[in-house]
Amino acid sequence: MPNLALWRWRLSTAGIGGVALNASAELKMNLPEPVSPLTAEIFDLHMLTTTVATIIMVVVIALVAIIIFRFRRSKGAVADQSFNDSRFGTWGWMLVPIVVLAIDLSIAGPGAKTLKNVETFEEADLTLKIIGSQWKWTYDYLDQEISFVSNLNNEDLSSPGYLREVDNPVVLPTHKRIRFLHTSSDVLHNWWVPSVAPKKDAIPGYINETWAIIEKEGTYYGQCAELCGTRHAYMPIVVKAVSEQEFTQWVDKQKQQKAQQLAEASAEKEWSKAELMARGESIYNRACAACHQPTGTGIPGVFPALQGSPIATGDPAPHLDIVINGKPGTAMSAWGSQLNDLEIAAVITYERNSWGNDSGDLVQPADVKAAR
Amino acid sequence: MSTVALEQEGHKDHHVPTGIQRWLFSTNHKDIGTMYLIFSLVMLFLGGGMAMMIRAELFMPGLQILNPDLYNNLVTNHALIMVFGLVMPAAAGMANWMIPLQIGAPDMALPRLNNLSFWLLPAGALMLIMSMLAPYFGTGGPVNTGWTLYPPLSIQAGMSMDLAIFTLHILGISSILASINIITTILNMRAPGMTLMKMPIFVWAWLLTAFLLVLVMPVLAGGVTMLLFDRHFGTSFFDAAGGGDPVLFQHLFWFFGHPEVYVLLLPSIGVLGMIVPTFSRKPLFGYKPLVIFMIILTLLGLVVWAHHQYTIGMSLAVTTYFMIGTILISIPVGLMLFNFIFTMWRGSLTFETPMLFAIAIIVMFSFAGVTGVMLAVVPADMQYHDTYFVVAHFHYALIPGALFGLYAGVFYWLPKWTGHRYDERLGKIFFWWTTIGFNLTFFPQHFSGLAGMPRRIIDYSIQFTDFNMISSIGAFVFGLSHLLFLYIIIKTIRGGEPAGDMPWDGARVGTAGLEWTLSSPPPFHSFETPPEVK
Repeated sequence: MPNLALWRWRLSTAGIGGVALNASAELKMNLPEPVSPLTAEIFDLHMLTTTVATIIMVVVIALVAIIIFRFRRSKGAVADQSFNDSRFGTWGWMLVPIVVLAIDLSIAGPGAKTLKNVETFEEADLTLKIIGSQWKWTYDYLDQEISFVSNLNNEDLSSPGYLREVDNPVVLPTHKRIRFLHTSSDVLHNWWVPSVAPKKDAIPGYINETWAIIEKEGTYYGQCAELCGTRHAYMPIVVKAVSEQEFTQWVDKQKQQKAQQLAEASAEKEWSKAELMARGESIYNRACAACHQPTGTGIPGVFPALQGSPIATGDPAPHLDIVINGKPGTAMSAWGSQLNDLEIAAVITYERNSWGNDSGDLVQPADVKAAR
Repeated sequence: MSTVALEQEGHKDHHVPTGIQRWLFSTNHKDIGTMYLIFSLVMLFLGGGMAMMIRAELFMPGLQILNPDLYNNLVTNHALIMVFGLVMPAAAGMANWMIPLQIGAPDMALPRLNNLSFWLLPAGALMLIMSMLAPYFGTGGPVNTGWTLYPPLSIQAGMSMDLAIFTLHILGISSILASINIITTILNMRAPGMTLMKMPIFVWAWLLTAFLLVLVMPVLAGGVTMLLFDRHFGTSFFDAAGGGDPVLFQHLFWFFGHPEVYVLLLPSIGVLGMIVPTFSRKPLFGYKPLVIFMIILTLLGLVVWAHHQYTIGMSLAVTTYFMIGTILISIPVGLMLFNFIFTMWRGSLTFETPMLFAIAIIVMFSFAGVTGVMLAVVPADMQYHDTYFVVAHFHYALIPGALFGLYAGVFYWLPKWTGHRYDERLGKIFFWWTTIGFNLTFFPQHFSGLAGMPRRIIDYSIQFTDFNMISSIGAFVFGLSHLLFLYIIIKTIRGGEPAGDMPWDGARVGTAGLEWTLSSPPPFHSFETPPEVK
């Protein structure tokens, strides 16, 4: 049922909002178009509650309007002191709890049904483990043995993709049941792509689960929805839903790349300074520059400077240690599990020889291996 | 002040302390109430100023005036100041002023404790300001966690977090002491003949509020103390690596945080229960059911805290329970609004400023109620959670539900407090200005939230620009209106038409209190001899 969700969305949007919502189709005012059965069901639930809410508001506003126009003293209204003793006055207060309870049940029923569906975890075709960290997403395709990091790569205010685009989007097949596992390596995050799946927090020490079957090819956007510190606004998510065939091709390509990188990193090769610096710069800008700044100056009082710091200019051992193991209790995360030996060696070499840091040290993959 | 002098003064008929001693050592409920109200007014401008800075930054995409850490710090402190510095002290100020007057008592039951509970507030505020300044002295980052202080992020912050924790300790102690005082006063010092079921609804609302505070404040204090221990003393309450649980803090926080919402709302509901009958010239509709449903609301409010945490991955059974419980809250709240609407029905309405606020509150708070039911439905909340939809919802709940209720109370009792009538024309201008500004600010946020804008982000993608611009313009309209509010208050204090003992001709209908039997402003010892209630 490829376009069912779209059809349903159009129908309900037109039905409830009437003129206002239709006239401003460009101005997004409602939840984005759902592309998975679960988000479509939630969308319907949302429209149901919105409808009920609208009706209640119309009734309340109508009552208040009648009161304002009928019972004002300036029009000669006299207070009916016996109203509270009338039959309505004695029993009227029973009316509302009963009516409200009926409305509540009409919402809670479908709500409970959908909730059960949200929490139904059947056998999935594909499992994607998502690790949130400050301030990027790591994706592990557990069945395909692929893993990569995804970072914001559009900070150009004049571009329509400002703060939306990433360097490595998640690629997922359509019409497959996908299990998302959410966890975090440092603080709380939340991987939220509203069209695809409902959100659940990524909590260190926990694994949370959501699922989706994407029914329409396309690119879906989202971002981190749990306050995670300085760069909370800069953790976008891009999901590319492709056909099963394209997905297989993509997986093969990823595997080849990975094998190539591994071979490079584990080759017992001495790398030249120029090679390490070039690789280091791109890794630094991808992984470190968000906090320590592209100029290595950091943000005073928040993120330490690398330029001229004793760690980056003195003995390499503590430098290796802090990059591999992180610094507990701060935003500096452990990169040992996210970067390979060559990448760590390159980025450390870059940090030790840039922005006026002229230690001249070359750190080789072998040193990293030893330090791990 | 020497003891001898105090005793000698105590034997005189008129022994009103003067100068700085009148305020610093005050044990007089009206003076302490005034200090609470002035303190909250100062905090209104401080917290409001922060909101203006936030909205100025969000006027368009890109970073203009703030950096992300400062932004997060302002978001945190805006919330802490508005909750602990503005709404709670303002409501406590009204409680101090009005409860003894309404129940016919000479003063609060524990006057010296009253003095202490007020003076802890400026101490707490000072500590909070220190926490904002600490990062500029090189002691690590600011409190960038939002007012919920969720670990592990709150473990990362620097010394500012410790100062924020102590702030909460101090403010918590202040609230608990004030609540003990209020409970004692209400239960022991009512005029002869005033049974519980004859108490003005404002006194009932505060009795329940005070009980809630005594029940939940210690839980927050415990939670933040555990946080302090995790930060400095090697414990792992909230650290998964050490066998702790980051979610535990959320449960502790919201066990306090959800009832706190009712702490903020109930006093204003109480004020509405005085104002609506007054300007309808008709007794409150369904006084007894209202009292009973307020008690039910208080009890329900204690057991639904986890609806703030639907996305943490609780079991199906637990989330279903919290969903049903939360949806059920609409029953007592719906009944309250119904009772106010039917108090006005077949009444004889006039529209002075307090009544304008009351009617606007009924409509806007209903709106917060219906979006609240939408948020209570778990699967839908899994889309709304942590978006601007939530921001819009709780500002609709707390600004009309708490803040406007307090404004209404200020206008309602200002003639009683000062002995002068406020400028009715300016009052009405303030009402329209602030209400339009408020709606312009927060109504569009429902849409930006649904369209996918998370809350607490300093910068957003271009698609959210339109609604944020409207919202920011509205925020400045709303913010500036408070200068007029300040002017009206100062003008009324300085003089104006004498108010008379009963400035509102409808004030004696229904369960209105005993405050109108006294002069405006009331004598130093409110009731020298207890009045009889029949």
